[in-house]
Amino acid sequence: MSMFHQLMVKPWVPAEGIVENLGDRDTSSRAARKLALRVFLAVVAVLFTLLVIAYAGRMAYEDWRPAPQLRLLWANTFVLILSSVAMQWAQHSVRRGQMDAMRVGLLAAGAFTVVFLFGQVLAWRQLSAMAYFEMTNPAIAFFYLITGLHGLHLVGGLVAWGRTVARVWGDFDAAKIRHSVELCTLYWHFLLGVWVVLFGLLFSGNNLDVLLKLCGIR
Amino acid sequence: MSSVAHDASIFVPPAEVEEVELYHPKTFVGKYIWSQDAKIIAVQYAITAIGIGLVALVLSWLMRLQLGFPDRFSFINPSNYLQFVTMHGMIMVIYLLTALFLGGFGNYLIPLMVGARDMVFPYVNMVSYWVYLFAVLLLTASFFVTGGPTGAGWTLYPPQAISQGTPGASLGIILMLVSLCFFIIGFTMGGLNYVVTVLQARTRGMTLMRLPLTVWGIFMATVLALLAFPALFVSAIMMILDLTLGTSFFMPALVSMGHQSEHTGGNPLLFQHLFWFFGHPEVYIVALPAFGIVSDLLSVHARKNIFGYRMMVWAIVAIGALSFLVWAHHMYVSGMNPYFGFFFATTTLIIAVPTAIKVYNWVLTLWRGNIHLTVPMLFAIGFIFTFINGGLTGLFLGNATVSVPLSDTMFVVAHFHMVMAVAPILVVFGAIYHWYPKITGRMLNDSLGKFHFWVTFLGTYAIYYPMHYLGMLGVPRRYYAIGGTDFIPASAHSLNEGITIAALIVGAVQLVFLYNLISSYFKGKPSGSNPWNATTLEWQTPHTPPRHGNFGPTLPLVYRWAYDYSVPGADQDFIPQNVPPRELTRTSNKT
Repeated sequence: MSMFHQLMVKPWVPAEGIVENLGDRDTSSRAARKLALRVFLAVVAVLFTLLVIAYAGRMAYEDWRPAPQLRLLWANTFVLILSSVAMQWAQHSVRRGQMDAMRVGLLAAGAFTVVFLFGQVLAWRQLSAMAYFEMTNPAIAFFYLITGLHGLHLVGGLVAWGRTVARVWGDFDAAKIRHSVELCTLYWHFLLGVWVVLFGLLFSGNNLDVLLKLCGIR
Repeated sequence: MSSVAHDASIFVPPAEVEEVELYHPKTFVGKYIWSQDAKIIAVQYAITAIGIGLVALVLSWLMRLQLGFPDRFSFINPSNYLQFVTMHGMIMVIYLLTALFLGGFGNYLIPLMVGARDMVFPYVNMVSYWVYLFAVLLLTASFFVTGGPTGAGWTLYPPQAISQGTPGASLGIILMLVSLCFFIIGFTMGGLNYVVTVLQARTRGMTLMRLPLTVWGIFMATVLALLAFPALFVSAIMMILDLTLGTSFFMPALVSMGHQSEHTGGNPLLFQHLFWFFGHPEVYIVALPAFGIVSDLLSVHARKNIFGYRMMVWAIVAIGALSFLVWAHHMYVSGMNPYFGFFFATTTLIIAVPTAIKVYNWVLTLWRGNIHLTVPMLFAIGFIFTFINGGLTGLFLGNATVSVPLSDTMFVVAHFHMVMAVAPILVVFGAIYHWYPKITGRMLNDSLGKFHFWVTFLGTYAIYYPMHYLGMLGVPRRYYAIGGTDFIPASAHSLNEGITIAALIVGAVQLVFLYNLISSYFKGKPSGSNPWNATTLEWQTPHTPPRHGNFGPTLPLVYRWAYDYSVPGADQDFIPQNVPPRELTRTSNKT
C-alpha cells in the first residue's frame, strides 16, 4: 500500500486498518539495514547538494576566480567508474552463486577505489604545486573540501568493503554475503553518482557557470 | 488496504519478525554503562542533557544578574557576558532540547510505543550516546581553555566569530565547532535508528496511522534533523578551515584592529544561509516532538480521543516540509533582495496554518473532555497557553516590514523563548511527570509537582511578558550594558530588575524538581504498570520498569489506534491498543 494511502486511513473506524501490513512489509533485519543505508544516502545527498549550492552561491560574486582544470581528474573518474562496474559484477555473480567471480569483483572494486583515492591525492598535490595555488581562492578551497569529503565517504565505504571481504573466504553464509555485497554496490554506485555530478558541474570546466547563465541566475 | 470484516482481526497471526538478537550483558558495567538497551541509553541521554542544561541555566542567571543589576558584579565583564549568552543559547537548543527530545524521549518511547524489542541497531545506538557525551565534554572543555568559550552568539556568525577581539576566537570557537561536528555524527547514528525503527520494526497491526502522535512527532523531527544537520556540519567544517588553514569561505578581506587580514573575498552571507537552513528546521526539531507528546498527554488526561488525528499527522508532516522553506526570515536585516523577503514572509505565514490546526485540535480535545488536572496535564495546558503567546508574536516577526524595526531587540528574545524554549520545556516536564512511573516504577510527588508547575508557569510569564515591552521600546539584545540612551526610560530598568528576580526564582524552583526526581526514585509511591490508564503499548508491558526486550516472550499485537478513550459501550474508559475486539466484547457482556 502506498504511503499516501496509508496516511489516508481513518484509524478510529474499527474495521479499517486492521490487517494491512501483515504480509506486505519485510520486517527482517536485512530490510532494516537496506533502509538505513538509503536514509544515510539521503543525508549524504543533502550534504553534497548543499556544497554545490554553496559553490554556486559563491560563484555569483564578481571576484570569482575559477580553479585550474586538472586532466588527471578524468582518469580518476574513469577508475571510479571501473570500481563501480567491478562492484556491479560482484553483485551479479553473488546473485548467481558464482563465488569466485564475486571475490574477483570485490577485490577489483576495492583496488580501483584505492587507485582512485591515490589519484585524488595526486590531484591535490598537482594543484598545490601550481602557480595558481592560493588557499584564499574559494574555488581552490572548495575543491579540496569537496573532494576531501567525497574521499572520506569512500574510505568509510572501504571499511564496510573490508569487513565483507574478510568474510568471503572459507565457510560463510552466502545469503549474508550477498546482502553485504548488495549494500556495498548500492553505496559505490551512489558515490559514483555523487562524483559524476560534482566533477561534471564543478571540476571539469565552468559547467555550473554555464548552467546558471542558462537559468538566468548569473 | 484490504476490506476485511471486523472480526477478522481476532485471527491476526503473530508477527513473523525475526527474533532480535539482543545482547544481554551480565555485569553492571555492561548493563548500565556500555548499555545497548534503548531505555538505558535514553536515561543516559537524559541525565547528560539535564546536567549540561543546568550549566546553561546558571549561565542565564549570570546574564540576568548583569542585565538587572549592572555594574554590581565585578566577575561579569563584557567578554564573559557574551560568552554566557553564546553558551546558554547553544547548550539549551542543541545539547539540551535536541538531545533530550530525540536521544532521551526518542530512545525510551519509540521501541516501546511501536511494539519493538529495541532499536533496530542497538550497538550503533550505544555509540551514538558516547559520541554525544564526547561532544558535551568538548563543549565543557571550552570553559577551561585560554580565552574561554566562544562569545560569538549562538549563531556563530563569521567574520565576528573567528576574528580577534571576539572572546574565545581561537580555541573556544574551535572546540565549539568540533563539538558540533561530533554532536551531528552522534545524532546521525541515533537518527538512523529512530527512523528505521519506526518504519521497519513496528509490531503486527501497528500501522502508520495507529502510531501515537508522540512517535509521529519524534519521527518527523528526526527526519528534519537528519536533513538539516548537514548544513551545520559543512558550515562548521568550512569555518574551521577558514580559521586554521586560512581559506576564505566566509571571511571577507577586512582590516581588523589596524591589521589587514590574510583572508580575501569570503562571503559571510553564505554562512548565514547555511546556518539558518539548519537553524530554522532546528526550531521544529525541538517543537515537533513537543507537539506529539503534548497531544498524547492531553488525550490521556482528558480521557478523550485526540481531536482530528489525521489532521494532526498531516500537520506534523506539512510543518516539517515547510520548515525548510522559511530560513531567510532570520536574515531580514542581513541584506537581501526584497522579493526574497516577500517570499520568505509568505512561507513563514503559511506555516501558521498547520500550526494553528494543531492548536485548535488540542483545544477541541479538551472540549467536553473528562479533564484530570494532574501534573502532566497542567504542564500540557501550560504549553498551549505559552505556545499560542509565542506563536502570535511570531506573526509580527515573520512579516519583514514589522520585523526590521524589532530586529535585535528584546522582543525577539521574548518571542523565541516563549515559543521554543518555555513551551517545549513545559512539555519536557509534563512528559517526565507522565512517564517517570514507567521508567522507575514510582510516582513523582504530586504536591511538589504542582508547586513546580505553578512557579515555573507564572514565573516564565513574569520573565517574558515584560520583555516584549522592553523590545518594543527598543532595548537591544546581546548588550552587556545599555549605557546612556534617551529612548529607553528609567522605568525599563526597574522592569529589568523584576525580570531578573523572576528568572532567579524560576531557576531555583527547578532544584525542587530535581529533588523530586531523586527522592521519588527511592521513596515515591509505587505506580503499578499503568497509573494513568493509558492505551499505548508502553503501559502494557509485563514488567514495570520494562526489562530488556520490553515485552516478555511475545510481542503485542495491535488492534486499534492509540486513542480509544471513553468509547461508548466499553466498560472501562480506555481500551489498550493490544486488546482484541473479541476480549472486549466478552468483558462488555460480563458487565
